[in-house]
Amino acid sequence: MAHSTPAASIYEGGFADPVGASQTVFRALMDAMARPGTVHALPAVTAPPAPLTASASALIATLADADTPVWLDPALTKTNAIKDWIVFHTGAPITAYQSEAAFAVVAAPQSLSALNGFSLGTQEFPDRSTSVILQVTTLTEGVALTLEGPGIKDRTTLAPAPMPQHFSEQWMANRQAFPRGIDLILAGPGSVAAMPRSTRLIRKEA
Amino acid sequence: MTAPMTETNTQNLASYNFAYLDEQTKRMIRRAILKGIAIPGYQVPFASREMPMPYGWGTGGVQVTAAIIGRDDVLKVIDQGADDTTNAVSIRAFFAKTAGVATTTATPDATIIQTRHRIPETPLHAGQVLVYQVPIPEPLRFLEPRETETRKMHALEEYGLMHVKLYEDIARNGRIATTYAYPVKVEGRYVMDPSPTPKFDNPKMHQSEALQLFGAGREKRIYAVPPHTNVVSLDFEDHPFEIQHFTEPCALCGAEQVYLDEVVLDDKGGRMFVCSDTHHCESRRAEGHRGALLGDEPVVEKEAAI
Ligand SMILES: [Zn+2]
Repeated sequence: MAHSTPAASIYEGGFADPVGASQTVFRALMDAMARPGTVHALPAVTAPPAPLTASASALIATLADADTPVWLDPALTKTNAIKDWIVFHTGAPITAYQSEAAFAVVAAPQSLSALNGFSLGTQEFPDRSTSVILQVTTLTEGVALTLEGPGIKDRTTLAPAPMPQHFSEQWMANRQAFPRGIDLILAGPGSVAAMPRSTRLIRKEA
Repeated sequence: MTAPMTETNTQNLASYNFAYLDEQTKRMIRRAILKGIAIPGYQVPFASREMPMPYGWGTGGVQVTAAIIGRDDVLKVIDQGADDTTNAVSIRAFFAKTAGVATTTATPDATIIQTRHRIPETPLHAGQVLVYQVPIPEPLRFLEPRETETRKMHALEEYGLMHVKLYEDIARNGRIATTYAYPVKVEGRYVMDPSPTPKFDNPKMHQSEALQLFGAGREKRIYAVPPHTNVVSLDFEDHPFEIQHFTEPCALCGAEQVYLDEVVLDDKGGRMFVCSDTHHCESRRAEGHRGALLGDEPVVEKEAAI
């Protein structure tokens, strides 16, 4: 059956307006990173092959290039389509090693067993770390996370799903490594939120 | 002074990139900005580009602004609080031309404010970005010229020498004499240079509603303070941090608790103190406030009219 999707070819589905689209996507992400927990609208500016989502692909197309190795989770590497799409549209090399990745894209967060395999940077260069993009189906209807830290007035909540296993424990370990650590970018449908390494997760009293 | 834009750029209107920088450079700067936000106060190295203006003109701030600005932004540029200096006017013109953005002098109307050494008196609001032009980003540089060593000091939180130096300053002067670039600690971790703003402005950085981004072009560093972040000026129990106090209000608008510049009026020693923030001063005068030099008649008129 020859139904034509926007991403019938890996050469399609990139930014139609690279300058404007990447600026719009970046500003949404910058605001999300500066105010952890807040949800910002992302325009549908890319049409990648499934299961890579429009949001995650817009973010990777905005951020990645030849200088930034990208790691893809197993859900994204079942075929070569997504790897090829990213290479064609960004020029970024795909790496098989989490610890080498500047960016990671995770289509199945619930299957991600550990955050500490990614690069946490060094004590002297904590910026040399992996930014992990999690594809989530919601940012508001999952289990509520209570957050505090820089960018947050008092406290805020975010409810993304699905999330990695034992996320609270993993995030607290990430936070312990500060200033080293990964930064999380949560790519929801038409939206983005972020949890930089500076964000503290508050355990709810039972 | 000559305008910083070169002939070539003004002639080839269609040939330069949106906001001047190419997309690859913007991407690299954007990545650095995101890391800076994630690690408040930490200096992220970046590959600073040549800009069509000399380093002293704030090429770091210009590159940060160029990487974040969009067509819908409204840009304000200030130089020591003033919107109308050659430097501020040139940078505004640069972005009006290369990005086609609207510009303003009104602090509340701006979405991006690029600054050389002042923070506006009008409190900033959520959604605004303050971009600082930074000449020397390293607060420990005067103690240690080697970058490898200062980086190690930040990594290990070895800030003892910094405190000793400040304390010596007190011993010698009776008070902390550092009035510009007074070091701060961000969110209890990194000691940061707030760029050569007067220390009067340091408290405005603490728990600001706006995102603060710092760009050092020559030194190739970007750093950031997110909104609602603790920014504490270094001090001592027996010598707490204090901002400068001015003994008289602004001679033009009567404002108190603002940063004032001394203006020489004549060659007989006549002088006055006026707001360094020109927009703040103008809007106060527009509201009817009158300083000693302007008399107070309009205020009376206004009251009579009610
Ligand atoms: Zn005034």
